[in-house]
Amino acid sequence: MQFSGRRKKLIGNFQNDLYDQCLQFYGQPPLENISLTEFETFAVERLKLLKTVENVGVSCVKNSEQYTKKLDAEISSLNFPHRVELGDQKVQGGISEYEKRRKDHISHFILRLAYCQTEDLRRWFIQQEMDLFRYRFNCLHSKHKTDFLHKNNLKYETVSAEEKKNLKDKLIASSYGLSGTKVEEHDVYKVPFQDALDLVRTRKVYLLAGNAYIPHHEIVTIVLNDFRTRLSKALAMTARSLPAVQSDERLQPLLSHLSHAYVGQDYSIQKNIGKISLEQIDALSGKSFPLCMRHLHKALRENHHLRHGGRMQYGLFLKGIGLTLEQALQFWRSEFVKGKVDADKFDKAYAYSVRHMFGKEGKRTDYTPYSCMKVILSNPPSQGDYHGCPFRHSDPELLKQKLQNYKVSPSGINQILELVKGMHYQLACQKYFELTHNVEDAGFSLNHPNQYFTESQKFLSGGRDIKKEVDMSQRSQENPASVTHPSQANSKQAHEEMGDLDSFFQDE
Amino acid sequence: MPTSDYDPACLPDLLPLYYRRLFPFSQYYRWLSYGGVSKNYFQNREFSFTLKDDIYVRYQSFTTQNELEKEMQKMVPYKVDIGAVYSHRPSQHNAVKSGTFQALEKELVFDIDMTDYDDVRRCCSAADICSKCWTLMIIAIRILDRALREDFGFHHLLWVYSGRRGVHCWVCDDAARKLSVAARSAVAEYLSLVKGGEETLRKVVLSDPIHPFINHSLSVVERYFQQYAIVEQDILCSKESVDKVLSLPIPVKFHNSLCQFWYHIKKYWKYLSCSHNIKKGGQYFDKEIMLQYCYPRLDVNVSKGVNHLLKSPFSVHPKTGRISVPIDLKELNTFDPFEVPTISLICEELERPRADEAEEDDVKDKENEQEAGERRRIRDYKRTSLAKYVKVFDRFLEAMARSWKGEMLKKSGELETSFSVFLTFMSFTYT
Repeated sequence: MQFSGRRKKLIGNFQNDLYDQCLQFYGQPPLENISLTEFETFAVERLKLLKTVENVGVSCVKNSEQYTKKLDAEISSLNFPHRVELGDQKVQGGISEYEKRRKDHISHFILRLAYCQTEDLRRWFIQQEMDLFRYRFNCLHSKHKTDFLHKNNLKYETVSAEEKKNLKDKLIASSYGLSGTKVEEHDVYKVPFQDALDLVRTRKVYLLAGNAYIPHHEIVTIVLNDFRTRLSKALAMTARSLPAVQSDERLQPLLSHLSHAYVGQDYSIQKNIGKISLEQIDALSGKSFPLCMRHLHKALRENHHLRHGGRMQYGLFLKGIGLTLEQALQFWRSEFVKGKVDADKFDKAYAYSVRHMFGKEGKRTDYTPYSCMKVILSNPPSQGDYHGCPFRHSDPELLKQKLQNYKVSPSGINQILELVKGMHYQLACQKYFELTHNVEDAGFSLNHPNQYFTESQKFLSGGRDIKKEVDMSQRSQENPASVTHPSQANSKQAHEEMGDLDSFFQDE
Repeated sequence: MPTSDYDPACLPDLLPLYYRRLFPFSQYYRWLSYGGVSKNYFQNREFSFTLKDDIYVRYQSFTTQNELEKEMQKMVPYKVDIGAVYSHRPSQHNAVKSGTFQALEKELVFDIDMTDYDDVRRCCSAADICSKCWTLMIIAIRILDRALREDFGFHHLLWVYSGRRGVHCWVCDDAARKLSVAARSAVAEYLSLVKGGEETLRKVVLSDPIHPFINHSLSVVERYFQQYAIVEQDILCSKESVDKVLSLPIPVKFHNSLCQFWYHIKKYWKYLSCSHNIKKGGQYFDKEIMLQYCYPRLDVNVSKGVNHLLKSPFSVHPKTGRISVPIDLKELNTFDPFEVPTISLICEELERPRADEAEEDDVKDKENEQEAGERRRIRDYKRTSLAKYVKVFDRFLEAMARSWKGEMLKKSGELETSFSVFLTFMSFTYT
């Protein structure tokens, strides 16, 4: 059956109430019928928005001018609700504020369907939705924030005036941007520390006897926590009812495409299994490994050991470039045996974890090599560790020395350091690629260490049409279940949308 | 007190004796049952054993204290680890539908390992420790204990010596056991100040305003810094060592005493600040240096996971032979890791006859086997150096038992039931 472009009538006032605020918690799913076209358009556009949220989050400091400008622009261009109250009926380009909020509402729920299936997808979706929510909440006026809290029944216990007085100095010392007058005039909320984890984690709040003391202007973090918990639960529930949705032939291809699109290649499917020999690794590490892996390889060769974080990051990378399980075992064993570990101990203790990486132990998950995002943002290295992203985690002085050792030109090093200062770690790595391969423009947008390797190998073996090749391999790797749209026109349009989506992700 | 020389080759002979006559099973069981407030709490707990020849077995679980004893005496594990309380009995996890077997609760734990301080220790490295660097553990315990109690509101903390090069902390409050992965990781990060790997020189960065937690920690570090860093670690002894200190914020000439050291650094700093050469945030360099040398370094990954397995208290360390004993915080300043009894010592002490025990042996034939065995075991460890550490454990359990009583009362809420709870409580206090 096919839906035409016409929309069914809305269900009276209920929907109007739902959209009287710019921002919402997405507590109620949309109840109307929509066309398939709208379904796809909404989903694709929200995905573009979330992808932008992710990118600006990595390349700019959150809430800086640059961040705000870029995100504002994207939100406007994609026609999502932003900074306007319902009373303001200025119609911009034919799309009313009401329509924008409706789109916001519906598109969120559609993407829930696509992103509820695996832990990784859920985590990504929740992270971007939270960042988006935080941004939009912070854009609200103080009064509207309070309204939002009331409307959504978020009651947080306020601290008595006397307690505030007693704790004034401590409160000022723990919360950024809090002055004596602010403490006196505005509310301070007391919540169990478990409800304020983001503030606890970064030590941006005063803790006493298990309670976090939150000043009014920080309440967004608490709200976010609430948001995350609700969304997490909702996704788990959605996952359970997913089989019913997926059996709908109209939706299944779109949903599956959406969830693959965000990450591009994740290198979980190894293409060159067995094509690399162990003898080549030393040479390859200098030529085609990104700096993080070159660094790990060197540390391994020098110390004959790597700690868990390093073994995971490097081991999965090697899997991604095509090492077989047998090769990996041989590689790690031969290196560790040169150190303090004898062959027996290796087989007992470390071999298990190598096999685990390849999905041959435990719950048999075939782990995917870490993307740049993961390396940069999670599990920072501590004393004795060599993993992480050197552009993010090394002292600039040491980074400079290392690059000098690797014969990078002084001007190149400066360019890299500038990018590092601006927190553009992936761009810095790309620049490293350009300098070591002696090329003006890398021709790709780096987001995965294995991508670096593949691109480097391609380049060195003369395959200069990098862009086209990636496009093709991307397409062939997608799961193109046949789209059973009876109407050819509709299906063509849908395919074009998908095509746009692909190239959108290609182009950054 | 002379410690019997410990030889790892003797473990196969010593361990059976230890598990038969010295391991404090009844207190151990009492701990892990948590007063019976939650059903099947003990039965659903995972243990893992490392057996002879490094054979490692997971998902061990037991239904009663008796079964725990029998199995441990049979398998004679070299190492015992405690894991999480699961949704089902771990020993039956394969029979459970995949996806439904989950780790539900576990104590919040911290592991402070001396090797994480290698870049700031000059006396030892890797697995070695000595009395000079032990001060780092004292500092760590003081700072973390205060923070966990005062900031986070936890009450029931068990600090345990790991047997070789570190200490563990088990936070056993009900609220702690129920913490999510995110909460555990947030607590661990709140407590972390020293960040960065091999490639990071300046591992502590302080900026205004200084959080009250950091101030509390600094006051502990300052108390020990002169003794530890200047005297024991002698960080001013050589140009190389001082350069290392000074590679942190600024290069300057060194002098041999603490006062002159700071005096000159401060003078040079004032000069620099007048010429506007310092970047913002470098004003706390002296505090940063002290923290980098002394502040506790914990492994966030150990604390994060609900299902993470950690060495059990009263487990033996196979390499050193030392028992992982609870640490009495009231005696922290005098705690000496080298005085902690080894398994060979306490087994030897067991063999020594004691005159005043002859009478007790004749009494109580009416007692059943188990009670007699327990009594014997209780007499046994009391004759060894292990006794004082079991007392520390007892006190810890007593404090917790009071809270279990509160929990049980809350659950029942009736007079008759509270009477039976009272009786149960009384029987728990019997030792």
